Amino acid sequence: MSDVLTKPAPEAATPRTRKLPGPRVYVWLAGFVLLLVLPFYLERFWLQAGLFAMAAAIGAIGLNLLTGATGQLSMGHAFFLAVGAYGYCAFAGDGADGLTGLGLPTWLAAVLAVGLAGVAGGVFSPIAGRLRGAYLGIATLALIFIGQHVLFNAHDLTGGFNGRDVPPFSIFGLTFDDSELLVAAVPFGTAEKLWYLGLVLLLAGGLFARGVLRGRPGRAMNAIRDHQIAAGVMGVPVARYRAAVFVLSSMYAGLAGVLLALVFQRTVPEYFGMVLSLEYLAMIVIGGLGSVSGAVVGAVFVSLLPQILTRYSDSLPLVSEAGTGGVSPGEAAKYLYGAALVAVVLFLPGGLVRLAARRPKASSAQPSGTEGNDR
Amino acid sequence: MSTFVELLLNGVSMGSVYALIALGFVVIFKATEVVNFAHASLLLAGGYVTAVLHDDIGFWPALLVGIAGAALVGAAIEFLVMRRYRGHDHSVLAIATIGVDILLVTDLTRRIGTDVLAVGDPWGDAVLEIGPLTIAHTRIAAFLAAGLLITAFLLAFRYTSWGVAMRAAAENAETAALMGIRLGRVSLGAWAVAGGLAAVAALFLTVFPTPGLERATSLAALKAFPAAILGGLDSTTGALVGGLVVGITESLATGYQSDLTFLGRGLGELAPYLVMVAILLVRPAGLFGTKELARV
Repeated sequence: MSDVLTKPAPEAATPRTRKLPGPRVYVWLAGFVLLLVLPFYLERFWLQAGLFAMAAAIGAIGLNLLTGATGQLSMGHAFFLAVGAYGYCAFAGDGADGLTGLGLPTWLAAVLAVGLAGVAGGVFSPIAGRLRGAYLGIATLALIFIGQHVLFNAHDLTGGFNGRDVPPFSIFGLTFDDSELLVAAVPFGTAEKLWYLGLVLLLAGGLFARGVLRGRPGRAMNAIRDHQIAAGVMGVPVARYRAAVFVLSSMYAGLAGVLLALVFQRTVPEYFGMVLSLEYLAMIVIGGLGSVSGAVVGAVFVSLLPQILTRYSDSLPLVSEAGTGGVSPGEAAKYLYGAALVAVVLFLPGGLVRLAARRPKASSAQPSGTEGNDR
Repeated sequence: MSTFVELLLNGVSMGSVYALIALGFVVIFKATEVVNFAHASLLLAGGYVTAVLHDDIGFWPALLVGIAGAALVGAAIEFLVMRRYRGHDHSVLAIATIGVDILLVTDLTRRIGTDVLAVGDPWGDAVLEIGPLTIAHTRIAAFLAAGLLITAFLLAFRYTSWGVAMRAAAENAETAALMGIRLGRVSLGAWAVAGGLAAVAALFLTVFPTPGLERATSLAALKAFPAAILGGLDSTTGALVGGLVVGITESLATGYQSDLTFLGRGLGELAPYLVMVAILLVRPAGLFGTKELARV
């Protein structure tokens, strides 16, 4: 979007295409290198937590494209995550555990699972295309219930209540399982290997979404969010865009689902309930609606919070271990992100990323004066 | 045949309870254009207060305190959260109510824990037998209470100055404000009323044949969403019809579950949502909702 235009043009009349890399680029690079070396130092617990955050970030980017940038409230994101996770299991499983499995190569299964999530989104988009605002939000809530029903009942496909095992991912002869692999005297298990897979996927997903948002489609999406009729009058094919964004967002969710399944190594239906959908909504609002960085920041905040609280529960005041009668870490995390959600909506429209930006950008996410899309 | 009639009657009774919840939902939407996802927590709060107090002060006072408590919680949400919002986007405000819901439900479920709290209602597990039909007293009480409350509400909505103010604010907030209607008070009242209705609904969701108030009770509020939506979010009639449709659908789907095993277990949970999606496909604004008109 137009942050290039609104920046105070530091070196007088630098042409916008040939600018030298600013300090931000170096910060990004440093952060990326840090992420690359982390598996050599961190213990498994933090790697897993980080992987959850990465998966959540991918899913949140997808939801932010749909809800943040295009203004389509979706409470059914967990459904598409489930499609991705179980789709991967079904495509990659070899049927040895008595459940349906096609036994495809796992990389192909992952691609197909993402595609399947997109198809699921496409199937729902005729309904989504007719509805707006709260109606859409609650109609997508139906997806959660349908999903839960299928997950618990289609026993051959999903393993029912107990869920099913996730076949380890492998590509180019490298298998992402616990088979020992020494890299620079550090044993690489599942978490370490998946860390890099997650990084690559997150980077690719983030860059793609950024491209979508900054280019022509992003403008069209924002126009649809701000005023659907005006967008249509200006020649944006509204129905096609809404359907396309729905499909794209579902594919992101599917990818997040595949990654989550790989990290969990077992998928259970209970996880993909309404709470998960609400968590994703919380992520994009807390982080910042309508931007990739907002989605990532929110995802890291919401998914790392319970892990940090669990880890340090004995040294934190007011938080005690689960089952001892006090506030358990999980509950404390819920209090915190519930409160954060309310506080961000009230006092920090634009989310946490807006805190980082020194001066408020005039463009992008938040409706600072945009009319809601409901009139 | 008698099974069918029984299921139908139970469905109507449950439906009237759902209609209570949906009505509160619609009232809030009409007054403030905000979809209140925190409705589940209002319901749980009312039920919790009633369940905790009934031992000490008796059932009826406890129920009154529960209703007042839930109304107070609703008013507090409006006063502390809704009123502080400066933006214009109502869907963002709806997400804020999700935050409120997470806060309140987490707190209440932590208090309830794994217990099942009795609400101490006077009906117990008594049943009424008319010929081949067996109906629990609680179901009859639910139907009567819901009917009474809904009638009272609709009359108040139509004839009192409070109701006129609320309808005027829903019609055109700006004009209403210019006519001297205090919009803040209108929305405060709407939230309080919704809380009170939810507390009554909570009572009837926790009496026989359900075991009592537990953490899952708040999930029942989720069934009021399809009720409100399929009737039309801005229509009180819609909320009533929607509630009945959801109640009857759920009752029949649960009752005939054994004949529908090929569709899997727990169909009763799902059926209201399927009906809702089917109705929305034909009428995107619900059965009685006003079609969205856009003037350019």
